[in-house]
Amino acid sequence: MSYIGSTPTTQSFIAGTDYFNGTGSATAFTLSRSVVSANDIQATVNNVVQVPNDAYTVNGTTITFTSAPSAGTNNIYVRYLSTTTQSITPSQGTVSWSTLNADVQQDLGISFKNRVFNGACVIDQRNNGASITQDTSGTQYSLDRWSDYGSVSSKFTVQQNAGSVTPPTGFTYYLGVTSSSAYAVGSSDIFTIQQRLEGYNVADLAFGTANAKTITVSFWVRSSLTGTFGGAINNVDATRSYPFTYTISAANTWTQISITVAGDTSGTWNTTNGVGLRVTFGMGCGATVSGTAGAWATASYFSATSAVSVVGTSGATWYITGLQLEVGTQATTFDYRSYGTELALCQRYFEKSYNQNEAVGASGVLAFRVYVTPFVGNEYSASLYFKVSKRTAPTMAYYTNGGTPNVWVALPSTSSRTPTTNTVGENSFEISVTGVTADSTLQGSWTASAEL
Amino acid sequence: MYKLLPFNPIVSNVQIVVRLSDNANIPFDPDNTDYQAYLKWLAEGNTPLPAENA
Repeated sequence: MSYIGSTPTTQSFIAGTDYFNGTGSATAFTLSRSVVSANDIQATVNNVVQVPNDAYTVNGTTITFTSAPSAGTNNIYVRYLSTTTQSITPSQGTVSWSTLNADVQQDLGISFKNRVFNGACVIDQRNNGASITQDTSGTQYSLDRWSDYGSVSSKFTVQQNAGSVTPPTGFTYYLGVTSSSAYAVGSSDIFTIQQRLEGYNVADLAFGTANAKTITVSFWVRSSLTGTFGGAINNVDATRSYPFTYTISAANTWTQISITVAGDTSGTWNTTNGVGLRVTFGMGCGATVSGTAGAWATASYFSATSAVSVVGTSGATWYITGLQLEVGTQATTFDYRSYGTELALCQRYFEKSYNQNEAVGASGVLAFRVYVTPFVGNEYSASLYFKVSKRTAPTMAYYTNGGTPNVWVALPSTSSRTPTTNTVGENSFEISVTGVTADSTLQGSWTASAEL
Repeated sequence: MYKLLPFNPIVSNVQIVVRLSDNANIPFDPDNTDYQAYLKWLAEGNTPLPAENA
């Protein structure tokens, strides 16, 4: 028969009858099935049908008569009338994450679940997969949103998909660290890979208040070394630190890690456009900058005490992907975002005129051209909008499309000119040159960096 | 090492200093981390190259 609507649920009901022997004193008897209501059964005593909720009541598998049935053999019988055998109302707060189906878990993760940008290591605007060497600036980024730092220069390299191993299932890219030497880490040395999260994007965590929320950090990691590795959660100036450890038991094997951190109720945590929170992974940190794992400290710790030093072994590798930081006590499925969304999120901090498959400063890249108009004196300029509003007024850099820094080419003369930034804000910049003539076109490339 | 660019408030809305290692144009913006690094460099007693006449 045709019908409109959802497919009817089919339930089967098997009739059944329980028999009991009355004793003249017992009022409660145990049923073979759990029932919800007295109306789900029909109780008969000495062949007289009893009135539900008057002559008897039920509670689960117990039927209780108001008056004790007289003594007799099988003089009490109960017939089951309903398909409803059990109704469960979970108590408040008793349904755990693991109870939910994986599909439900996925569906629940739709609202900015992962606070980390480029956690899957897909976006690499600056280097397009090329290796870079760690420096001491603290402002160098390898893959988008992933910074590297060392108190001594050139102790490791960072590269998207370094070593070309197979990423964990569901991932295509990873960030790869390779140690450049066997460096003996000094007591105050710091070598780290770090993700810096903007304050606006973690303000709801309420760190630094009594209402600080618990967070869970999860990631896939792989190393040529085994043992207990370390990292830390830090505030903007690393005056508050939560060292953590994770264990890699098998070398060169991807391992999924989950670390739950009770929110910090102390310290100063930025909630605007500065660094709100840092997720730091130690590649080798000395004793004075490492602390006891699993507790907040008013100290600058970037790893856990006695953690493995990646930079301590020449050629050692450490790979990571699928980094997620979320509210709650459970590591849930990774929050995949579309490529366009992830790119736009990264462009708040770094944007380039290049195609995405062109490294900054490379030669033979797409020519970016702009028509300049007379401005002041012998100066000609053009204003351009960014694709994504920046965190703050960005640092601008210019290149020819042959890769020469700080030079653009005037057309049609092809003479070289030095571009300068007249104005720059969160949404636009004005590039300026001198010594060209009216009706000139400038050709080159640019980058805008508003990194944390 | 840094070098100041000429600043004319009629022409520009922000002072720019050039980081000579990569010729990056850094705006005087307190939230810009490159500018913060420049301020730290100044605090260490360094002095930028002066701006050339526009």
